[in-house]
Amino acid sequence: MTRPTPNTWLHLDATQLAHEHRSGARSVVDTIAACCARSQRLQPRWNAFLALDCERALARAHTLEHAATRGRLHGVPIAVKANLAVEGLESSCASRMLVGWRAPYTATAVARLEAEGAVVIGTTNMDEYAMGSSGESSAFGPTHNPWDEARAPGGSSSGSAAAVAGHLVPLALGSDTGGSVRQPAAWCGLAGFKPTWGRISRYGLVAYASSLDCVAPLARSMRDLDLALDIMAGPDARDATCSPTALHESAPFKDLQGLVLGVPHEWRAALSDGPSRAAFEACVEAARAAGARIVELSLPLTRHAVSCYYLLATVEAASNLARFDGLRYGVRAAAHSSSLAASISSSRTQGFGAEVKRRIVLGTYALSAGHAEAWHTHAAKVRTLVCREFDEAWGACDALLGPTTPFPAIRLGERSNDPLSLYACDALTTPVSLAGLPAAALRTPLVEHEGGQLPTGAQVVTPHGADRLALRIAEVLETQLGTQALRSPAAEVQA
Amino acid sequence: MNLVRQANTTTWLSPHTGQVWELVIGLEVHCQLATRSKLFCGCAVEFGAAPNTRVCAVCSAQPGALPVLNGEALRLAVRAGLALGCSIAARTHFDRKHYFYCDLPKGYQISQATRPFCTGGGVRLRSGKLVRLQRIHLEEDAGKAIHDRGPWTLVDLNRAGVPLIESVTEADLSAPEEAVEYLTALKEMLQHAGVSACDMEKGELRCDVNVSVRKPGAAYGTKVEIKNLNSFRFVAAAIEYELQRQVAALESGDPAQRLVQETRLWDTEQGVTRSMRTKEGAADYRYMPEPDLPELQLPASFVERERSMLGEPPAERRARWQQQWHLAAKDAEALTQTRELADWFEAAVRAGAPPKECASFLLNEVLTAQPDSLSLLLPRQVASLVTMVAAGEVSHASARSVLRVTLAEGTEPEVVVQQQGLRMVLDTRQIEAWCRQALVGREAIIADVKAGKAAAVNALLGPALKLAAGKANAAVVRETLLRLIAES
Repeated sequence: MTRPTPNTWLHLDATQLAHEHRSGARSVVDTIAACCARSQRLQPRWNAFLALDCERALARAHTLEHAATRGRLHGVPIAVKANLAVEGLESSCASRMLVGWRAPYTATAVARLEAEGAVVIGTTNMDEYAMGSSGESSAFGPTHNPWDEARAPGGSSSGSAAAVAGHLVPLALGSDTGGSVRQPAAWCGLAGFKPTWGRISRYGLVAYASSLDCVAPLARSMRDLDLALDIMAGPDARDATCSPTALHESAPFKDLQGLVLGVPHEWRAALSDGPSRAAFEACVEAARAAGARIVELSLPLTRHAVSCYYLLATVEAASNLARFDGLRYGVRAAAHSSSLAASISSSRTQGFGAEVKRRIVLGTYALSAGHAEAWHTHAAKVRTLVCREFDEAWGACDALLGPTTPFPAIRLGERSNDPLSLYACDALTTPVSLAGLPAAALRTPLVEHEGGQLPTGAQVVTPHGADRLALRIAEVLETQLGTQALRSPAAEVQA
Repeated sequence: MNLVRQANTTTWLSPHTGQVWELVIGLEVHCQLATRSKLFCGCAVEFGAAPNTRVCAVCSAQPGALPVLNGEALRLAVRAGLALGCSIAARTHFDRKHYFYCDLPKGYQISQATRPFCTGGGVRLRSGKLVRLQRIHLEEDAGKAIHDRGPWTLVDLNRAGVPLIESVTEADLSAPEEAVEYLTALKEMLQHAGVSACDMEKGELRCDVNVSVRKPGAAYGTKVEIKNLNSFRFVAAAIEYELQRQVAALESGDPAQRLVQETRLWDTEQGVTRSMRTKEGAADYRYMPEPDLPELQLPASFVERERSMLGEPPAERRARWQQQWHLAAKDAEALTQTRELADWFEAAVRAGAPPKECASFLLNEVLTAQPDSLSLLLPRQVASLVTMVAAGEVSHASARSVLRVTLAEGTEPEVVVQQQGLRMVLDTRQIEAWCRQALVGREAIIADVKAGKAAAVNALLGPALKLAAGKANAAVVRETLLRLIAES
């Protein structure tokens, strides 16, 4: 082992960092101070954070340094997507509407990480209200991909992904509604995990599409995701939809002997370029080499998932965002008229960005009298069929393996004027979201793409409640592929 | 124009046209459940608390907050359905009803659209007519917007999230007094089932009226909805007003008066209804299933438990008392004003009180003594006092003073009677002795009585009772006097 340098913490995962803090080998205050300093100095580069609160983080570090009980994330700095409530921190959802809104309470998922010693250093940039696939719909400027600053990190959890890929923090929370954690994980070369819907409490997650929203972690190792899941999962008296059943206990797998992995050919066929196809085939080969039996199967409804998802998600979004009327919190536009309707209307006109407005209008239309049957009800039926299609797949395999995104990270601005082409980025993540299934996003080999090296990813999807199985399989695949130690060039960037 | 009610019918005659009209009325009643906390959060339900002091992240719709159903509200809603004879859905869910208003923090109300808790059931009127219920569902109340405190609107969210049930009747009612009778019966049943206090002054019971007119046997006319009536008197008056207005409009043939489906408000000052919004201007509520609350399954055991909490319906109770205990109808009515009073009376009778005497003592003495009488007394104590009065052991006047002492000091009535020597003398020889003494020197009266003027004996009653120091029963003394005169 090399002699520890002041920057060693940069490359440690959360599990290792917590271990060193607990054993006294490393000072919590040193870590948090270094982490805050690095995050502050690199903020102009990637625009990963919306609010950094180093004072709060350092105060907590000092308390933890001398704490008698030391949790499983003792002194680990984490970043939290700005749609999660952290008491006293600004959680603006990257919207002008919520500028200055400091949550009066802390989200259950965040509170559980904090109870194990995690230190929140700030809230991260994102697509406004989690509506986007590139991080570009933030009202506070796009986030840059630490692998290539001209490219998007993916979205909507763009800042959390950039913070982990840029080695600002080892672990971050995002949210995954239609792929908002898995997709940035693929584009930023990270491990990401979308739990079964209802596995982790949504209390304190600003709702976008409630029946799809999941709190989801991003990290640089599968074991960190497993640890975070273990800490955050479990029933919560404040979320009636939170599952009361416990996680399955299981030790890490040595190989994939005895497991059957299904590869849907519609997912494979969605890959648009040769290098991405090669990276995914390497992953399938790795599975085979680890002892899994590979079966080809078909999920024909995949092609309807994006339209079904955008109908259902926007209907719920229009409903969930109705509370932002500027009356009780957030920004209230100066009224030009004394009427309530005019006040609400101008606050919303000024407060929401273009993508949010687009989705509210779409969702309002799809549920309005005379149209609900054709759009919302129809989409709900398609969702039932998608769930059924997955249920049938579990008769043929233990888990599904497919690419996470059809192509690697896009250039910033490349698709901002063409929402439909941006929605196409979600083709492979939305079916899983509609069915509420758990999915582990893992790193597949780097590819040559438009003259640079970019990360790619795959997802392991398992039945309801089999969250751990997905993580275990993904962990074996990364080891087999040798991608578990993948580091972005940003890791070497000295602040 | 004034329509004339045709005797003993629910039809009205138009004196100008000779046309006969009838009313078609349906009622929607919002009733606040008697829970301690709100429907989806732990905030206290408290009438009159300082504005915005019973508010949390959930009921003020802070970003990220989620609703969690109050189990007590669920139980009371089910109980309401059982009390009204509804069938209870085994599976049900909540829906979001969307509209923007300053008193609705989430921009939607959590309610039930497609699958309410209860369907069917109804209330039977004295005439035998059944007013059928369409449904009862559970929903949250909005906050309160206050417009009259200056150039702005103030919002109080204390009421936001308070649990309500909404019961909707079929269009089965055909006269104002039927509507009032239905509402009175509904209110009484909900109170007796412990579902709601139904205090209308606190807005715990509010009524929307759907009303239209038609010629007998014709298809339904255009209906209007009159919103938010908070007194039964206003319900009757608003229906009466609408009857006159709608018939006048229909008979005038004036296109300007053409009836439209609309929502109207009752103007208490002027005694008229005024248009609030027409159907064209009505909101599209865009109902959708509430994704934050799981589907609810109500097991049979849960429903049966609530059934056991219902108690006897007040109308059945009154009938039983009248039949078994020969209570006067008006006493039975008065004693079923609240479930608490009815239970109390029943407990006193079970403790041995003769029912009729107990009823009149409760209504005339106990309840008029002080407002909290019932909470200061035990049914057993009243039973023992009434029993003593009925047996002639204690005079009515003494009973009243015993009651005062028991209320003030909690002393058992028997003990008060003992200590104050209030027990009546029942010994015949002693009573005869007092009577003989009273007769001494009253020959003129004796002669009058003997001559057939029995009433003359009343002049001796006072002196005899005075001799007995109030411890003799007046009737017994009077009889003894008459007997002694007859024997002399």
